[in-house]
Amino acid sequence: MATVTYKGASRIYPGTKKPAVDKLDLEITDGEFLVLVGPSGCGKSTSLRMLAGLEEVDEGSIFINDTDVSNLPPKSRDIAMVFQNYALYPHMTVFDNMAFALKLRRTPKNVIREKVAEAAKLLDLEDYLDRKPKALSGGQRQRVAMGRAIVRQPQVFLMDEPLSNLDAKLRVQTRSQIASLQKRLGVTTVYVTHDQVEAMTMGHRVAVMKDGLLQQVDTPRTLYDKPSNVFVAGFMGSPAMNIKTVPLGEDGAKFGDVIVPLSRERREIAAAGDFDKGKTEVTIGIRPEDCKLGTEADGGIAVEVDLVEELGSDAYVYGHAVYSDGTERFVIRCDGRNMPRLGDVVHLVPEVGREHVFHAITGDRIE
Amino acid sequence: MTFDFLDQIPKFVVLGVGVLAFLLVVLGVLYVGNIVPHRPKSLTAGLVFLIPTLVLVSIGLVVPAIRTTVLSLGDSRGEGFVGLDNYVWIFTDPQILGVVRNSALWVVLVPLVATAVGLVYAVIIDQTRLEKLAKTLVFLPMAISFVGAAIIWKFVYDYKQIGDQIGLLNQFMVWLFGEGATQHWLTMPFWNNLFLIAVMVWIQAGFATVVLSAAIKGVPSEIIEAARLDGVNAWQMFWKVTVPSIRPAIIVVLVTMSIASLKLFDIVRTMTGGRNGTSVLAYEMYAQSFPGQQTGRGAALAVVLFLLVIPIVVYQVRNLRQRKEVR
Repeated sequence: MATVTYKGASRIYPGTKKPAVDKLDLEITDGEFLVLVGPSGCGKSTSLRMLAGLEEVDEGSIFINDTDVSNLPPKSRDIAMVFQNYALYPHMTVFDNMAFALKLRRTPKNVIREKVAEAAKLLDLEDYLDRKPKALSGGQRQRVAMGRAIVRQPQVFLMDEPLSNLDAKLRVQTRSQIASLQKRLGVTTVYVTHDQVEAMTMGHRVAVMKDGLLQQVDTPRTLYDKPSNVFVAGFMGSPAMNIKTVPLGEDGAKFGDVIVPLSRERREIAAAGDFDKGKTEVTIGIRPEDCKLGTEADGGIAVEVDLVEELGSDAYVYGHAVYSDGTERFVIRCDGRNMPRLGDVVHLVPEVGREHVFHAITGDRIE
Repeated sequence: MTFDFLDQIPKFVVLGVGVLAFLLVVLGVLYVGNIVPHRPKSLTAGLVFLIPTLVLVSIGLVVPAIRTTVLSLGDSRGEGFVGLDNYVWIFTDPQILGVVRNSALWVVLVPLVATAVGLVYAVIIDQTRLEKLAKTLVFLPMAISFVGAAIIWKFVYDYKQIGDQIGLLNQFMVWLFGEGATQHWLTMPFWNNLFLIAVMVWIQAGFATVVLSAAIKGVPSEIIEAARLDGVNAWQMFWKVTVPSIRPAIIVVLVTMSIASLKLFDIVRTMTGGRNGTSVLAYEMYAQSFPGQQTGRGAALAVVLFLLVIPIVVYQVRNLRQRKEVR
């Protein structure tokens, strides 16, 4: 069992100036399921591949337990990886695919058979051991890839978007299987995905990355409730949080004539910075479920409905508000049985205390 | 002799008539194809388009094949019937048995050595900075005709009884072992076959390199990475991952080369003229049929050559079909 530590680890691809991964500091505890999430090109896969030894660590170092593995070849790191397209050996049977690493280590044949049989039973692959990968379905191939990682009994599992080649239904099913498998085996796991739902549902902790920089590492709950900056706030949650940068008034944030009240301390922090005189602004984030449809009298923001997405239990109302200086788009979650029609004007009433406040320039959270 | 355009007019007329006739045949076929009942995949429609091809293939391929087979049962002037005498001659005459042995040597050695050289070379140059240059260099011999290559190598193997050696190989011998070590390479029994085979390998290795290098690049990088994580060393990577992954390409290269070596004629003709025990089947076929005026024996050699190529072609076709089934 193992811990993984990134200490200021950077990857700078030859011929580029901007690091793909910029001084990553991250500690993963023993048995933890950590999810790396972010938009494409954010460096999450590169970070994983640095840990695997498939990418160099140009600056800083990476530790597995107390061993600096930054310069070790992949095979000496005792890790196993599941690839997005599974990377099964096409010329080998399922059994041979799973047994390959053990054979290379000269494990006795009966031990190999035992371990592969065990993994096959765990993954429901017993009937397919003699097949070649070509003769398997996508879900079965994915399980073989998992099996290949499991039989190795590595210190760390690495998974690079292992579900993205599955169809939606199978993905949800496999998602919970992987999570429970990890729990059962108790092996430290680093999991890369671009899907924030996967990140929220699977990870013990989630690390959000953007442009090679780590934005926030926290439990899914904290990440959702207290995003540390505008990017994390906008990335986690679907549909995305309504994030608007509006003028900062005497009492709070001004959405046209509607004012979202802010405490004095918050206003002071928000106002600090390089604003043009009299143009002080603040960024307010309101999750679609943290507001309700009210009337003008409730002090709601008037929003004209452009689109209603009906999901059965809920409905999402997409609309725009018109101010003197332009329009803003909003999403509101409402009851699926009581929803407005297209073209209606509804009033968005933010729930008091559930708004997120960020600095308009730095994007940092203001408590 | 000058080229007088006016004198050539009749030939151009013939050429024009030929092209016109071809167009007319094509149009005729299309026309007939158009007026016959047009259910797709119907037998008549198929036949209309198939018959011209069948006719041409029979004229160009089937009839000559049958005629050659008939001739192979005849005497030297293609008149009297001698039964299987010509075949008996091929497999009993010590000189011709030597020719058969030489051909076998070619078919075994050229594909194996050239593929091995090409494969190792392709792996070594893969992902290096000079890859393109290295590939171009090894592919260049492919651009030279067999006759040209043979002439080049004839110089390499050249031997002068008196005076300075102009052959590269003998010059090396002089440098390494002194004047006495020079050899008349192309007359050394048995070994001269290997020297000729080296020329073919030199030509074909480039082909193997280019095809195999492309195949190596087609191996998904994730599979290579997965193997690295599984803990392969360079040797195991080559034998257990790379080679099995490009197996179809290797087979194509091997088969193409064995057919080419079986049919090889030019190198032997240019470098030794089949002397000193270097003749091969294809050369012997020519030598018997034309300079030797032995029509029957030449035809019999042609038939043997044909029979030897068939299993290779069958194997290749089956191989392709199997791969289609797996997909």
